[in-house]
Amino acid sequence: MTDGQTNSFFLDDEEIPFEEGQTIIQAALTAGKYIPHLCYHPEFKPHGSCKLCTVRIDSRTITTEDGQSVKIPGRAAASCTTPAVAGQHVESETPELLDLRRTLVQMLLVEGNHYCPSCEKSGKCLLQGLAYDLGVMDPHFPQYFSKREVDASHPDILLDFNRCILCELCVRASAEMDKKNVFSLSGRGATKHLICNSESGRLGDTNLAATDKAANVCPVGVILHKRHGFEVPYGQRRFDKAPISADPVQYAPVKEKVR
Amino acid sequence: MNAAAPTKRKLKVATTSLAGCFGCHMSFLDIDERILDLVELVEFDRSPITDIKHCSPDCDLGIIEGGVCNAENVHVLQEFRKNCKILIAMGACAINGGLPAQRNSLDIRDILAAVYARPGRGVHIPNDPEIPLLLNEVHPLHEVVKIDYFLPGCPPSGDAIWKFLTDLLAGRTPILGHGLIHYD
Repeated sequence: MTDGQTNSFFLDDEEIPFEEGQTIIQAALTAGKYIPHLCYHPEFKPHGSCKLCTVRIDSRTITTEDGQSVKIPGRAAASCTTPAVAGQHVESETPELLDLRRTLVQMLLVEGNHYCPSCEKSGKCLLQGLAYDLGVMDPHFPQYFSKREVDASHPDILLDFNRCILCELCVRASAEMDKKNVFSLSGRGATKHLICNSESGRLGDTNLAATDKAANVCPVGVILHKRHGFEVPYGQRRFDKAPISADPVQYAPVKEKVR
Repeated sequence: MNAAAPTKRKLKVATTSLAGCFGCHMSFLDIDERILDLVELVEFDRSPITDIKHCSPDCDLGIIEGGVCNAENVHVLQEFRKNCKILIAMGACAINGGLPAQRNSLDIRDILAAVYARPGRGVHIPNDPEIPLLLNEVHPLHEVVKIDYFLPGCPPSGDAIWKFLTDLLAGRTPILGHGLIHYD
């Protein structure tokens, strides 16, 4: 880091070193700076769909003819897909971006049926943890009350589509790591939904195993392991102990697993 | 001698539980002895605590637990909105419908038929005019009236309720922060 070869950029005015080829979020998380995200996962190719990691790059302040200082906002980009560039100034924790992130989380919360009190992912759910951290106190929008099914056909895994946020982490895990292509997204816009790759459409008729990466990567409460509900008591769960932003390094790139 | 400092008017607080379980009100009592500090600042108007049946027209705070599942809930909610300067949706059900709203994916006629079926005696759905009619869907409060503040939790802890109310009474926007903000 001190050899003069390492590049760096600025994240909220703090200097962040990066290696060639790293994205903004990878460099930030490695340096211990949290940028909110849902569909980014250190072991998979970035997807850029949830937009929670959006940052502004190279905003400028100009002086107008009458001496007024005016801030020209930089371009908005998903930090999980944007390569870090030496010297650039990246803004993340600004009131504007935090407001936008709150709105995105609120839209996700009303689109699905997210009833935390009866969800066994509660306390370790990334959507919930992120909402806590952003201080989301209300849904703001009318509830969508979408009608979605539950698939309990698999002997070890329960699928509750009510909570799907379409991050495609299970799709990517099954395709890239398990080489099974168990999951996919189908439909467009408001009808987009998660499907299982079997003739019946049921999870029980696929070759998914409980040990597969795809069965263990869901950030919310869709892919659940049967007979393992509510194992950790209230008060001792992950986000009871520390907020989601407390340990950014756990989301940093995992070198030995990158393929 | 100076006259005694004018005593600050106590704020009038009304509370009610609509399609809730009274768990939030029970949690409210978990503020324990701090309720003595609270009654220095507020007086309770319509509330299960006082058993007053209707809101005074000059209530300052209305705290509402539970969502809206029947016609009576709508009337009570409108009475609160009309008589309270500030309305607070307290708890998961008030905020997104909560547990009762999980019936929303089912047809109300099917639910009633299943609930009131008696083996060998058919289905007898009660229809006494005193029983409020159910709505087709359970709705969170902010879909029916304007809600000013939201206090999430199932229920929000006594500490969360205390932090929220003391912030609000001090004129600050309530901020719960880690450990107090909970959706469960």
